[in-house]
Amino acid sequence: MYIYLPIAEVSVNAFVLLGLGGLVGILSGMFGVGGGFLMTPLLFFIGIPPAVAVATEANQIVASSFSGVLAHVKRKTVDFKMGGVLLIGGLVGAALGVVVFNYLKSLGQVDLLVKLCYVLFLGVVGSLMFAESLRAMSKSKQVAVVKPRKKRGLVHALPFKMRFRVSGLYISIIPPIVVGVVVGVLAAIMGVGGGFVMVPAMIYLLGMPTKVVVGTSLFQIIFVTAFTTMLHATTNYTVDMVLAVLLLIGGVIGAQFGTMIGAKLKAEQLRILLALMVLLVCAKLAFDLVVEPSELFSLGVAGGH
Amino acid sequence: MQGFFARVLLVLLALAGPVSAQDIVLGMSKNEIGITAFFNGSEILIFGALKHETAASSAGDLDVVVTIASPRYPVTVRRKDKRLGIWVNVEAFDVDLAPSFYAVATTGPFDRVVSEASDLWHQISVRQLIRAVTVPPSTNNKDQFTEALVRVREEQGLYQMLPGSVQLQEQTLFSTSVSLPSNLVEGAYSARIFLMRDGEVVSQYQTAIDVHKVGIERWLYNLAHERPVVYGLLSLAIAIFSGWAAAAAFRLLRG
Repeated sequence: MYIYLPIAEVSVNAFVLLGLGGLVGILSGMFGVGGGFLMTPLLFFIGIPPAVAVATEANQIVASSFSGVLAHVKRKTVDFKMGGVLLIGGLVGAALGVVVFNYLKSLGQVDLLVKLCYVLFLGVVGSLMFAESLRAMSKSKQVAVVKPRKKRGLVHALPFKMRFRVSGLYISIIPPIVVGVVVGVLAAIMGVGGGFVMVPAMIYLLGMPTKVVVGTSLFQIIFVTAFTTMLHATTNYTVDMVLAVLLLIGGVIGAQFGTMIGAKLKAEQLRILLALMVLLVCAKLAFDLVVEPSELFSLGVAGGH
Repeated sequence: MQGFFARVLLVLLALAGPVSAQDIVLGMSKNEIGITAFFNGSEILIFGALKHETAASSAGDLDVVVTIASPRYPVTVRRKDKRLGIWVNVEAFDVDLAPSFYAVATTGPFDRVVSEASDLWHQISVRQLIRAVTVPPSTNNKDQFTEALVRVREEQGLYQMLPGSVQLQEQTLFSTSVSLPSNLVEGAYSARIFLMRDGEVVSQYQTAIDVHKVGIERWLYNLAHERPVVYGLLSLAIAIFSGWAAAAAFRLLRG
């Protein structure tokens, strides 16, 4: 069944969109990532104009994250206080990111920089997580002892300490705010929620327990993507409501299944799966940059339409 | 500026010339295309008759050319090249105006039906249509960019060359059909019919086809552009509601 999208101005198969939404929703619920890093390239692939894909994806992530976070709230695995602190940074970062994005756009190389950002961050984050989870898995097999807490380093020497009861942390609010800003900038530039960067940052930099990380990440992503959606809707008019609805019907249902699957898997397994997926997307993007494209010319809208 | 005057001159010449619209009687299956939620392309049938005097007078067979063009917009064409091991955009070229959709249907092979001079004069082939308005003399390799634009859009089915698809019976009745793709952009499309003899335009006729969104498509598009804040908030409300509804439904299912 074909549906004409009013903003994207293309006709697409509704079932393809429902399927894509469902697939990405499952991943979203499992890993606490918005799934944008996967969905945005997929939307390009089925012929949605990039500007519309990025803006609409933000709107869809709001839905799947909200659906996912409700399940986590019920299981009490959301650290609202930490989420709030991350959010403050996130909103500042998203606003900054839009400025950076528009500057790069004026240079005419925004596509390349977005792709390089993807390859770089997905590559680094994916490899780190993969190595870490392998180590954690082999450790938990050898000695069934709980992994010792990270060394008290620079993070604990900073001022403005706050107690995060749900995460069991007493740390300065500076690192979470910085994490929030960085993720916000990346989110705006790459057109994603930023969960794939935030989840590892929360685990490895802030030392939060994995079970809490997913819910808290989703909680923060809702607000950052809602903010991005409004920004795109009011400045570029590129949010396609029909596209968003089709994606989110699949997405919200998928997210529920994802959360159920995630609850059954061990934290290490969850991490290693996420790491593998991140590396896979990274490899695909890197491959496309290196291999000669079949068509060397591409068309773009000049001066907006 | 020079290009502008040249075009004005062309129009004046066309008006003053011997050709007149009265030589062609035209009918179309529709002169309006409504883009609904389930729009998946459209086929348009164009038919007509040539006045007897025109058809009968002098020797030489008649040919008919039908073109359908969307409004024209500026396009940026970018070229990739290998730099430091990866493929990046290295060169860009702005085409001032190019139609997002263009179809040319003819009774025979294009080169036989339309002489180079009349193509230049009336901008019948898509290459002329693009080239005619793009003359920054500084760019020396602009041809490769306009060729690329045509190639890419031909592959997307947006530019269609349809030689031999116009049927002409008894030198009087002609008909053709053009299928418009689903990724159609709104606007006032123009249909031109050229009556050709020995590659020269004997007569021409032009009419408009209105392509516009209707129903919910129209409503959403207007809302997004006229009340963007309301539209954005509505999108978010739908997202939050669906997220909640799915979570609630699953909670019920699991008891």
